[in-house]
Amino acid sequence: MRRGRRKRSGAGSGTQPDFAAALETRLMENGLEAPRAAALPGQVMLIACGALAREILAINAANGWDQAVLECLPAKLHNAPQHIAEAVRVKIRDAKARGFERIFVLYADCGTGGALDAVCTAEGVERIHGPHCYAFFDGVETFEARHEEELGTLYLTDFFAKQFDALIWRGFGLDQAPEMRDILFAHYSRVVYLAQTDDPVLDRKAQEAAQRLGLRYERRFTGYGDLGGVLGALQ
Amino acid sequence: MADEEDEIILSELNDDELVLQMHDDLYDGLKDEISEGVNILLGRGWTPYDVLTKALVEGMRIVGIDFRDGILFVPEVLLAANAMKSGMHILRPLLAETGAPKQGKMVIGTVKGDIHDIGKNLVGMMMEGAGFDVVDLGINNPVENYIEAIEKEDADILGMSALLTTTMPYMKVVIDEMTAKGIRENYIVLVGGAPLNEEFGKAIGADAYCRDAAVAVETAKEFMEHRKHNQTA
Repeated sequence: MRRGRRKRSGAGSGTQPDFAAALETRLMENGLEAPRAAALPGQVMLIACGALAREILAINAANGWDQAVLECLPAKLHNAPQHIAEAVRVKIRDAKARGFERIFVLYADCGTGGALDAVCTAEGVERIHGPHCYAFFDGVETFEARHEEELGTLYLTDFFAKQFDALIWRGFGLDQAPEMRDILFAHYSRVVYLAQTDDPVLDRKAQEAAQRLGLRYERRFTGYGDLGGVLGALQ
Repeated sequence: MADEEDEIILSELNDDELVLQMHDDLYDGLKDEISEGVNILLGRGWTPYDVLTKALVEGMRIVGIDFRDGILFVPEVLLAANAMKSGMHILRPLLAETGAPKQGKMVIGTVKGDIHDIGKNLVGMMMEGAGFDVVDLGINNPVENYIEAIEKEDADILGMSALLTTTMPYMKVVIDEMTAKGIRENYIVLVGGAPLNEEFGKAIGADAYCRDAAVAVETAKEFMEHRKHNQTA
């Protein structure tokens, strides 16, 4: 069909002044690829969302777990979940072709409506339990138990607090049409920042995000939640 | 300078050009231009129903196709829907006065535990545009709301929407309750929402899964034709 005149600014297109920010942008746009090498005995391939890369690497490093090879898909798929399942399938098949016998998917359902589970089942691979990454940071059981009373909550994690502008503000076109904010978030009442780390800069960013959305703000420290246990069990 | 050269005066376009321009303006999410275009066509003696179907609904159909094909993304569709809403704001009272042809009645709502309503609102607008009476139950609806509304409104169609993987199974709760009450076959049940697919729609016992608002309208029309045919046979 016809293309409109309007140009859409892509997520992560803003200027990023430092290396850390550039890495975040890379995780958002391109994901992360491990060096192309055949699997070593005992190694496990972790296929994850780019939004989890830092946390996975931090947990593995802190525990001296060095049997895992990490590959991440671009975090921007968060806004296009219909593409996640097939993108994961490609990664799984690539890992199998490189000789990985142990593969684990570090994606929650993430709005795929069960499509990711179907791919995992078909490929004989397991994934981390839960509907969203913020659910397993919070602890899936705790998160699900609170769902009804927390209706109308927008959750941020460390990654989403850092990338709020790219993933949510620009990702939903609010930079071009700020008036859409009140339509998009009409039934939201607050932002809850589920913090993986104690970082005042991220706390401030999350608070600013809530202000920009016109929502109340709450910070809740979760640490890595279920993620640490899952990674530990793979060692 | 370029902008000045490109500026289009809507009132100087003939009807055909204006309708095509309105399709473009919907596509670009320009709500002020859509309001202006609607008023111009009405001022030229167009019926509200023709303005709605030829300018707005057709424009949104194009938006729906390009969303399906990955040319447009969610923000653009939201802006287009917002532009359509501005046109509907003008047309809705006029449509009620002029008695546009009626296709049937739909009760629509987002399921319990889910507060997302943009897609549902768009379906509601497009269904109105196609001549359906739409009763919108809003968000976070338990099964009782749906059952009460379809019976009270004597609806033909029940539409359910969900954006979350965690809330979409609730649609089955509603359909199962309709079956338990022996009223399932009295209604056409259409379901939609980002994480759903056709397989899910079939698995929960819906009549159809609708990928987008334009598909919802076409599907509803087809089922209503079939229903009318069966009633007269």
